[in-house]
Amino acid sequence: MAIALELVVQLGQMLVVLALAPLLTGYVRKVKARLLRRQGPPLLQPYRDLLRLVRKEVVLAQNASWLFRVAPYLIFATTWVAAALVPTFATGLIFSHAADMIAIVALLGSARFMLALAGLDVGTSFGGIGSSREMMIASLAEPAMLMVVFTLSLLAGSTQLSSIAASMQGPGVGLRVSLALALVGLIMVAIAENARIPVDNPATHLELTMVHEAMILEYSGRHLALIEAASHLKLLLYISIIACVFVPWGTAVSGQGLGAYVAGLGIYAAKLAAAGFMLAVFETVIAKMRVFRVSDFLGAALMLGFLATLLLFVSRVT
Amino acid sequence: MALQGLLWCIATLLGTGVAAIAMARHRSATTLVYGVALCACMIALAIAGWSLLALDSPGEALTLPVGLPWLGAHFRIDALAAFFLVVVNLGGATASLYGLGYGRHEETPGRVLPFYPAFLAGMNLVVLADDAFTFLFTWEFMSLSSWALVMAHHRRPGNAAAGYLYLLMASFGTLALLLAFGLLAGPAGGYAFDAIRSAPTASLAGVVLVLALVGAGSKAGLVPLHVWLPLAHPAAPSHVSALMSGVMTKVAVYGFVRIVFDLLGPPVWWWGGLVALLGGVTAFMGVLYALMEHDLKRLLAYHTVENIGIIFIGLGLAAAFEANEMPGAAALGLTAALFHVFNHSVFKSLLFFGAGAVLTATGERDMERLGGLIHRMPFTAFAFLIGSAAISALPPFNGFVSEWLTFQAILLSPALPQWLLKFLVPAIGALLALSAALAAACFVKAFGVSFLGRPRTEVARDAAETDRWSLASMFVLVALCLLAGILPGYFIDALAPVSQALAGAHLPRQEQLDWLTIVPIAQSRSSYSGLLLFLFIALAAGVGAEVIHRWASAATRRSAPWDCGFPDASPVTQYTAGSFSQPIRRVFGSVVFRAREEVHMPPPGDVSAARMHVRLHDVPWDVLYVPTAKLVSFAAERLNKVQFLTIRAYLTLVFGALVVLLIVLAVWQ
Repeated sequence: MAIALELVVQLGQMLVVLALAPLLTGYVRKVKARLLRRQGPPLLQPYRDLLRLVRKEVVLAQNASWLFRVAPYLIFATTWVAAALVPTFATGLIFSHAADMIAIVALLGSARFMLALAGLDVGTSFGGIGSSREMMIASLAEPAMLMVVFTLSLLAGSTQLSSIAASMQGPGVGLRVSLALALVGLIMVAIAENARIPVDNPATHLELTMVHEAMILEYSGRHLALIEAASHLKLLLYISIIACVFVPWGTAVSGQGLGAYVAGLGIYAAKLAAAGFMLAVFETVIAKMRVFRVSDFLGAALMLGFLATLLLFVSRVT
Repeated sequence: MALQGLLWCIATLLGTGVAAIAMARHRSATTLVYGVALCACMIALAIAGWSLLALDSPGEALTLPVGLPWLGAHFRIDALAAFFLVVVNLGGATASLYGLGYGRHEETPGRVLPFYPAFLAGMNLVVLADDAFTFLFTWEFMSLSSWALVMAHHRRPGNAAAGYLYLLMASFGTLALLLAFGLLAGPAGGYAFDAIRSAPTASLAGVVLVLALVGAGSKAGLVPLHVWLPLAHPAAPSHVSALMSGVMTKVAVYGFVRIVFDLLGPPVWWWGGLVALLGGVTAFMGVLYALMEHDLKRLLAYHTVENIGIIFIGLGLAAAFEANEMPGAAALGLTAALFHVFNHSVFKSLLFFGAGAVLTATGERDMERLGGLIHRMPFTAFAFLIGSAAISALPPFNGFVSEWLTFQAILLSPALPQWLLKFLVPAIGALLALSAALAAACFVKAFGVSFLGRPRTEVARDAAETDRWSLASMFVLVALCLLAGILPGYFIDALAPVSQALAGAHLPRQEQLDWLTIVPIAQSRSSYSGLLLFLFIALAAGVGAEVIHRWASAATRRSAPWDCGFPDASPVTQYTAGSFSQPIRRVFGSVVFRAREEVHMPPPGDVSAARMHVRLHDVPWDVLYVPTAKLVSFAAERLNKVQFLTIRAYLTLVFGALVVLLIVLAVWQ
C-alpha cells in the first residue's frame, strides 16, 4: 500500500513537471512583455501553441532520415525523465535513487547529442551552424555544471539531489564562499543551457547569432511540439535544481502525507514564480553577447565552479 | 585445466599463423584463418570468463621447458589475468567474426593472414606470462606482429613512415620495461614474478614506476608518448585497427597494473598523483586532437588516447588511495579503471568496425568526402550511432557508468592528506569533465558529418550496406554496450576478485540490489540505475509517441528543406568537419595548438576565391620529438668518424676503455 502511494506520488511528479513547464515559459514571457510595457501573450499561450502544433501535419525535408523522425521523441523522453528525477515539491521519491546529479547532467547531455545530430541531418548550413555552436557551448557548460555538482556533493557528502537538499537544510552548512560561487556558476550554466539572453535569444529567428532555433529550423508539426515541450521542461528542471539545492525550505519529504505534499506543491509554485520573475528581469536589462564571447562567459562559470571545488578540497581538515 | 586449455588455444592460433604462410594464396584461406581464430578466441573467452567467476585467488600456474634454460617459461592465470583475457578474447572473437566478411576485400591477404593469429596469440601470452623474460619476449612478439600488420599496405603514402615510428617507439618502450624488470629483480636476479613478489621492495621503486609508466604508457598512448598511435593504428586493416586500439592498448594497461599494483609493493602517494595527472592531461589532449581531425580512423585513434587517459586517472587515484591506506576507495578507483578498460574495448572495436565498413563501401577515410551514409548504410549507421553515444559517456550506455564511477572516486579524494594531491585532484576532475563534454562534441561531428546530411562525393552517394558477417559482429558489440550500461552491477561484481587481489578490498556486492541499482559506497551517497533510466526513457518515448499518434495528427508530407527560405542545392554548402569544430578550435586551439587562422582576401574588383588557412602546431612533437631527432642525427654524424680510424687508433681506444672501466670498478668497490 505504501509502495502504491509512493508510486502515485512519483507519477504525480512526472505529470506535475509536464503540466507546469509550459506555464512557466508563458509566465516568463508575460513578465518580460509587461516590463517592456507591452500587453504580451496570455499565460496559457504555450499550451495553445503546443496543441496547435501536434494537430498540424509534419513537413519533412526530402532527405531527412529515420534519425530526424526518432530524435524528437528521444529528446522529449530523456528531458522529461531528467526533470521527473529532480525533487520538485517533495524529496526522496521512490525512484530518486535511479539517477544522481551527475546522471541528470548526463541525461541532458544525451538529449543535446540527439538534438545536435538532428540539426545536421538535413544537411543545411543553418542546421550545421546551430549544432556546431551548441556543442561548443555545451563543451564549456557541462564541465562547469559538473564542477558545481562536485562542490555541492563535497559539502553534502552525496551526489543524490534528495540528500543534498536534506543536508542544505541541516545545521552543518551555513554560509560558505564555495556555495556562493557555486550558485553564481550554476545560474550562468542554467542561462546558457536554456538558450536565454545573453547567450542565445529564445525569441529570435533569421539571425546569424541563433543557436537553438537554428538546430530545429527544419522541424514542424508534432516533432516541433515535442522539442518545444522538452525545452520548456529543461527550463523548469534547472530552476527546480536551483530551488531544491539553494532554497530547500518547505519541500515535503516522502512519506509525510497528503497535507505536506499539497503544501510542498504550493511552495514550489511560489519558488518557480519568484525565479521566473528574476529571469525575466535579468533578460530585460541585459543585452545579447556575440557568440564568441560566450566562451568567456562560460569559462568564468567553469572557473567559479573549479574555485568552489578547490576551496572545499583545501579547507577540508582530516 | 583452465591454463592448459588456454595454452592449447594459443598454440592453435600460432599454428594457424604458420599454416597461413603456406596457403595464403588459396581462395579459402581467409575464411579458414578467421574461422579458426574465431573458434579459438571463443573457447579462450569461455575459459577466461569461467576462471574470472569461479577461480580462487592464487590461480593456476604452469612452467614450460622453453625459453631460458635455467628459468623456463612460467605461465599463470589469476583474477587480473582472467579479466584481461576476457577483454583480449572478446575483442579477438568479434574482430575475427568481422574479418570473415571484411577480409574478402583484402588486396594482399598474404600480408595479413599469417600475422593476424600470431598477434592474437601474442596478446594472450603477455597476459599469461609469469616471469620477466616470458613477459618481455611475448610483449615484443605482440609488438612485431602488430607492426607487420601495420605495414600490410606499405605502399600507401604515409604507412611506411607510420610503421617506422611505431617500431622506434615500441623498442623504446620495451627498453624501459627491460630496465624496470632489471630493477625489480634486483642483484639476485629472480626473474620469476613469484620471486619478485616475495623479494623486499626494490630500493628504487620510484624509478621502476616511472620506467613502467614510460614502457607501458608508450604502448598505451599516454601523452606525450602517443605520437605513433594515431599514425599506426589507422594504417592497419580495420579489424586490426580495432584490435590495436581496443585490445592492445589494454594489454599495455595490464602490464602497468601488473607491475605497479602487483609486483612493486606498496605504493607511495606521489605515484598516484603523477599517474592521475598524466591521465588527465592525456584525456584532455587526446580529445582535442580528435576534434581537429577529419580522417575518421585517425579520429578514433585519438579517442583511444583520450580513453587511456581516463583509465589512468582511475589507476592513479587507486594508487593514491592505497598509499594512504583507504582500501575501499582504492577498490572504487581500480574498479572504475578496469570497467572502463572493458567498456572501451567494446565500443572502440565497434567504432573501428563501423569505420571499416565505411572504408569498404566508399574507399574513403576522409569525413569531408562522405555524408548521407545513413540512407545507404542504415544498419552500420545505427551501430556507429550507439558506439558514439557509448564513447561520449551518455546514459544509458556503458561508457557513462565507468566515467560515473571515476567521478565518484574523485569525490572521495578530499580525504587524501597530502596537500599536492588536494590541489591536483580537482584539476584532474575538471580535465575529466571537459574531456567528457568535448568527446560528445567530437562524436556529433564524426557521426553527423560522415553519416548525416547530403553526400559530398559520388562514392558516398553510391555506397552500399556492408556484409552480414561485419554487421553480426557490430551488433554483438551494440548489445554489449547496452547490456553493460543497463546491468552494470553484474560487471562490477565480476571485477570484485580482481580488486580484492590488488587493492585488498572490493566494492559491495551489487546484484541483489533493487532495480539493479549500483551503489559504490552507500545508498545515501550515490546510486545509479541504468535499467530504470532505460525503462523510463523507453516508457516516456513510447507514451509520447502513442498519445500523439492516437489523438493528434500523424500526417506527414515530404518537401524541399526550408533552410530559412534559402535552400542551396549544392552539398558543398553543408557544414564540414573543419567548420563544425571551428568554434571549439577558437576557444581551446589558440592556446593548446597555437592555432592561427590566415584569411587571404582578393583585392576589390578581383573575382578569385578568398582562401582561409589554419595552422596547427603539434606542441609535444615540436618540443620533444624534433629536438630529440636532431640530437640523435647530430651525434650519429659525429660518431661516424669513429668508423674510419687506423688500427692503432682502435687499439688505443680499446685500451683506454679498459682503463676507464677498471677505474670505475675500483671506485665503485
